Amino acid sequence: MNRVQKQSQIAIIVLKAIAGFVVLILAFLIGYIFITGLPNVSWKFLTSPAKAFSSGGGIGVQLFNSFYLLILAMLISLPIALGASIYLNEYAKDNWFTSMIRTSIEILSSLPSVVVGLFGFLLFVVHYNFGFSIISGALTLTIFNLPLLTRNIEESLASVADDQRQGGLGLGLSKYETIIHIVVPAALPGIISGVILCSGRVFGEAAALIYTAGQSAPALNFGDWNPFNIDSPLSPLRPAETLAVHIWKINSEGIMPDLTQVSSGSAAVLVLAILIFNLSARYIGRKVFEKMTSMN
Amino acid sequence: MQFDTNNHERFIYHFDPEENDIDMQTKDLEIYYGKNLAMHQADIQFKKNTITALIGPSGSGKSTFLRSLNRMNDDVATVKGQILYKGVNINQPGIDVYEVRRRIGMVFQRPNPFAKSIYDNVTFALQRRGIHDKKVLDEVVETTLKQAAVWDQVKDSLHKSAQSLSGGQAQRVCIARALAVKPDVLLLDEPASALDPVSTSQLEQTLRELKPNYTIIIVTHNMQQAARLSDYTVFFNLGEAIEYNKTRKIFTRPKIKLTDDYVSGNFG
Repeated sequence: MNRVQKQSQIAIIVLKAIAGFVVLILAFLIGYIFITGLPNVSWKFLTSPAKAFSSGGGIGVQLFNSFYLLILAMLISLPIALGASIYLNEYAKDNWFTSMIRTSIEILSSLPSVVVGLFGFLLFVVHYNFGFSIISGALTLTIFNLPLLTRNIEESLASVADDQRQGGLGLGLSKYETIIHIVVPAALPGIISGVILCSGRVFGEAAALIYTAGQSAPALNFGDWNPFNIDSPLSPLRPAETLAVHIWKINSEGIMPDLTQVSSGSAAVLVLAILIFNLSARYIGRKVFEKMTSMN
Repeated sequence: MQFDTNNHERFIYHFDPEENDIDMQTKDLEIYYGKNLAMHQADIQFKKNTITALIGPSGSGKSTFLRSLNRMNDDVATVKGQILYKGVNINQPGIDVYEVRRRIGMVFQRPNPFAKSIYDNVTFALQRRGIHDKKVLDEVVETTLKQAAVWDQVKDSLHKSAQSLSGGQAQRVCIARALAVKPDVLLLDEPASALDPVSTSQLEQTLRELKPNYTIIIVTHNMQQAARLSDYTVFFNLGEAIEYNKTRKIFTRPKIKLTDDYVSGNFG
């Protein structure tokens, strides 16, 4: 074996080892969380409310809060992100204004989430007097989520070949029609994957919510779906501790006897949900594309 | 790019408008990219229901010229001068550019079917114009796909994604798509350059069959294709039209030395 061959073989072994190490860390973390956590997860655990002083509490309300907050945050941020990315990718000329928008998005995406949380606290909770509530949390999550989502969608739009746009214009369609009916549908698989990946990030977010959606999960009346009643699950003005915040809170100040079990069970559920988000992102994007491009 | 404004030798055939039906014509055309003059000295008449080939070396401006004919260059270049379509100057403010592009259809270099079914690809522009009558749309799909000579291959899979087709079939679906909005001029920008020889000759046959009903202007870098297919040929070089004549004459007895050099393969 000559020198070059040897060198390349050593390089391959080193690179494989590094990659294996990364996978190992991930496998260890996830394995540890699942092994210690999953035995505590039961249907009752997933559905019953938390208990502050006695054992046997669940995470039902927190789980519901997490999903509700996620959906609300996405409902607010998706149209804004879609509009922003369509503007940036399709209309914006390359000038100082555009580069200012891009820089702002970069900076916004690098803000620590606790800073975003405190900003949300000052603006929504205190200034606009929304209190610790789902709506404060959702608006704060929007700020947290917007930059990443915008960039994700913009990348999907940019990956659509230019001759698709030309094709639309060549048929006598307006630029707007071309973008909405040709470019966006062609980018849809990427957009959906991006939305789901961002959902995973939002779902696991705690720091931005501690001071905005609050740290308490009052019992909800699941028989009352009128959003204007304060104990209805849909009420946007009630405080709503999410699963991630719950984990943080019981570990810092929890006093229930089965604290460790509840904590590790919650962590397992959280990680599982995020894993499902991530693994399904590609699959769902591809399925939607297949569905869209043909009627069969 | 700077041009020598001294008059080159050039020969531009002129039709007598009294005796010929001129569908399109350019007058005093000047196309600028930024401050660079990319095309001038290109006064060409296009006769109705003929195939005209635009040939020339890379960078000669033939695609630039073609794309300005239906105002596809609006965003990237400044086009001065007149572009007459049935006697109307379409290169002026107040002209409905969408209507221009509907009447002067375009097929591109690479097949670019939309991420939709074959059926929707062909009918999309009509649907956007508010035509939703299924009978009308069905008929348009069948007629145009037959005109584009691809009906037999796709008639059983109209609702499959057009992006799953082969290059040659996709390109002919794109032709059908352009025909669906009932243009009378068809611009083709090197439509066969991404196709294999068999698909190319099928495409040429399709264009011949379309000729009686459409005025076809085709950019090609393939001189054999121009010679086989077209009735008239324009030879472009360095942003100007050097020679415009009957195709037979361009390829057998060109009047300009530069044309002779190009078609006999001495440069380009």
